[in-house]
Amino acid sequence: MLMPIFNILIFPGLLFLFFFSMLAEYYDRKLGARLQNRVGPPWFQPLADFIKLLGKEDIIPEEADNRVFKLMPVFALTSVSCAFFYIPLWGKNALYSFNGDVVVVLYLLTVPILTYFLGGWYSRSVFSMIGAVRSLTQLFAYEVPLFMTILAAALLADTWSLSKMAAFYSAHPGYWVFNILGFVIAQITLLGKLEKVPFDIPEAETEIVAGSFTEYSGRLLALFRLSINIEMVVGTSLLAAVFMPWWLDAGPIAGFIIYVLKVAALISLVSLLRSLFARLRLDQMINLCWRVFAPLAFLQVIINLILKGALFK
Amino acid sequence: MHNTGDVKVPIGPQHPALKEPESFLLTLRGEKITAASVKIGYNHRGIEKACEGRTYIQDLYLIERICGICSHSHSTAFAQAVEEIAGIEIPARAKYIRTIVAELERVHSHLLWLGVAGHEIGFDTLLMYTWRDREVVMDILAQLTGNRVNYGMNTIGGVRRDIKAEQIPQVLKGVDTLEERTKYYIKIAGEEPTLINRLSKVGMLSYEDAIRMGAVGPTARASGVQRDVRKDDPYAAYADIDFKVITHNTCDVYGRTIVRVLELMESFKIIRQLLAKLPEGSISVRAPRKIPAGEAVSRYEAPRGEDLHYVRANGTDKPDRVKVRAPTLANVQAVALMLEDRYLADMPIVVAAIDPCFSCTDRLVSINDADHNSKNTFEWEKIHRDSIEWYKKRGIDFAKLNKTF
Amino acid sequence: MIWPGAMIRQLLSSLTKKPATVNYPADKSGMPKGFRGKLKFDASKCIGCKMCMKDCPTGAIVIRQVGEKKFEADLDLGKCIYCGQCVDSCLKKALGLTSEFELAQLDPKKLKITLTDGPSIAGNKEGSGE
Repeated sequence: MLMPIFNILIFPGLLFLFFFSMLAEYYDRKLGARLQNRVGPPWFQPLADFIKLLGKEDIIPEEADNRVFKLMPVFALTSVSCAFFYIPLWGKNALYSFNGDVVVVLYLLTVPILTYFLGGWYSRSVFSMIGAVRSLTQLFAYEVPLFMTILAAALLADTWSLSKMAAFYSAHPGYWVFNILGFVIAQITLLGKLEKVPFDIPEAETEIVAGSFTEYSGRLLALFRLSINIEMVVGTSLLAAVFMPWWLDAGPIAGFIIYVLKVAALISLVSLLRSLFARLRLDQMINLCWRVFAPLAFLQVIINLILKGALFK
Repeated sequence: MHNTGDVKVPIGPQHPALKEPESFLLTLRGEKITAASVKIGYNHRGIEKACEGRTYIQDLYLIERICGICSHSHSTAFAQAVEEIAGIEIPARAKYIRTIVAELERVHSHLLWLGVAGHEIGFDTLLMYTWRDREVVMDILAQLTGNRVNYGMNTIGGVRRDIKAEQIPQVLKGVDTLEERTKYYIKIAGEEPTLINRLSKVGMLSYEDAIRMGAVGPTARASGVQRDVRKDDPYAAYADIDFKVITHNTCDVYGRTIVRVLELMESFKIIRQLLAKLPEGSISVRAPRKIPAGEAVSRYEAPRGEDLHYVRANGTDKPDRVKVRAPTLANVQAVALMLEDRYLADMPIVVAAIDPCFSCTDRLVSINDADHNSKNTFEWEKIHRDSIEWYKKRGIDFAKLNKTF
Repeated sequence: MIWPGAMIRQLLSSLTKKPATVNYPADKSGMPKGFRGKLKFDASKCIGCKMCMKDCPTGAIVIRQVGEKKFEADLDLGKCIYCGQCVDSCLKKALGLTSEFELAQLDPKKLKITLTDGPSIAGNKEGSGE
């Protein structure tokens, strides 16, 4: 009885996610700064930001819908945290798993974007509403390639459970090579989900102030930022679990270190891509996702289907 | 919010995209801009009136502080106008030193603009790199003039500081470093597709529109208009220098970027020529304190375009009237035209592409009294009294403001 | 087809270089010689002509007579724009510029100081709070 509570609340649950996401944000910002020849923030900066925001006043605009405004950060935080429990981190078993949890994880990762939309829409400020609409428009562009690549990997493993996928790829070392195209597409569209440059259109600071988060302040903003950080950890963990299924048989300590290294490598890629490109315009982004990424993801699905037929007669 | 399909978005006066306050009211349908209107005047500080109460020497420093990045432009244009009225011919070495600082200021301004353009399209890496390289030119300027901005080089009759022979090798070394970095930025501007796609076909201003709207500087030169005061009406040492006027024919923000980056390369050439041909001699002549009556117009090619100063003297040691027409005033009227039928995401870069400097722009011309349908001019004392009354009604008493003039 | 990411080599090489940020206040090497900082005043050369006061754009410097042919200069650090026009206008070269620029104070009254000759650490009347 105690073990599940410990797992959910402390490790690898909420408390662990809290500190790990702070470390992930620090690593992302520090690496981004060093790539730009700057010094970057000290290690405690994300924690200091969180504590400072907790101490500020929550200002809710008069015309905003009070209940929706306050509930959205909570929903965002809970849904990303929940998604974490179904991803096999180190070892082949997630905390909880059932057949179909790939789809559940992907949907749970979509919920935060919906909360950004609702929070921005019900703030009733011009900039928030434009940012909210852009969030959803961007969602329709990158979700399809992201879903298809992950489902392609699931197709090859012939299961809808992430833990069983990890077990399958562990048992057949070398099969992860077939998913490389999907890996590249997933990495780039992950930037869209995390709303980082070149896809940070919903939060374009120079165009619409802060997008959906314009009217948020104080504790609500702290929760939103925490959920964004946890989303980065969960997204990269998902990609690591699906596309980098190496050394899953190591013991607990070594497995944990390997997991941290995998996540660090993926966050490094995110930082690098973030510093290399300018922000795309919304119409350019939709063109890119539907004309380039979606066909390539579809190609990956077809490749995996053919391979499945060929390898498992 | 009534949804008639059109949303009015106020960009400014305070907005993260704008470095200075000005107001653009955009009417949006979805992401497309259907109409744009421009309102300026938020940075008006009464500089032209303040000039009339100070002597010419004091005015030099006031005029210099109209703007931080084109400070030498304003100061030189003013000094040139006063020298023309007084009939003073400044020595050749002073002309060369003025031109060297002017070109270094142009380098500084264009590098700053590259960074700002990068920031407006979300390319923060370009911002960090160009502003790191800008430190090189600021260090050169600090060595030559004693300050990183607002150089204070000019005086009526010449310049105040000399360039010593041992400073020249360091300046040349700095110019070499910057030239190498600028070549890298030219390469990036030609090769990075995310950058090119954000800047191309954005903010179109055809050749006819550029002339009709009175655009100046790189904004007009990117539309193919061959207008450069340094060639059309040479001042300071430009008559002795060999350089090209850079134009481009794409009429969009990408063209303006290319024009500015290539102008950087030309500036490096000009600085090298000037330093090689620097004549010996004194750096200033004695100028009288009381300038005889007369008026003069002086033109100057600031980094943003043509800067006009008009000075009228009446025989005393204070000017009678000073009028400044900054280049951004000529360019900002084209912004409404450029924004039509574009996306909201293009707004920051279109505004940034004219290189706005609204501190330069806001000067008062005349007041239309809408109630009485007549043009009226207020006197200084009346505005002063009205403003004290306005604040007194709100509980603040400025009547004890210390007046030193 | 051009690939995006043209700056990648620069970015990766920046990882191995020192950051371009100057570590102020630990490293104060930034300002060059000849930087226009705080004024210094040699009372033995001043003849009280007040040309500096006439030409100062902001009225920051005030010359006071404290005895027979002895003058002192009061400077308002908040009004001074460090242009150095007074240095140029002085007929006897009694004024000069140092490179000192860390002149901020928490108390605005401490900004009005009496100028001395040379570095300002010794002998300021109202103290510059160093």
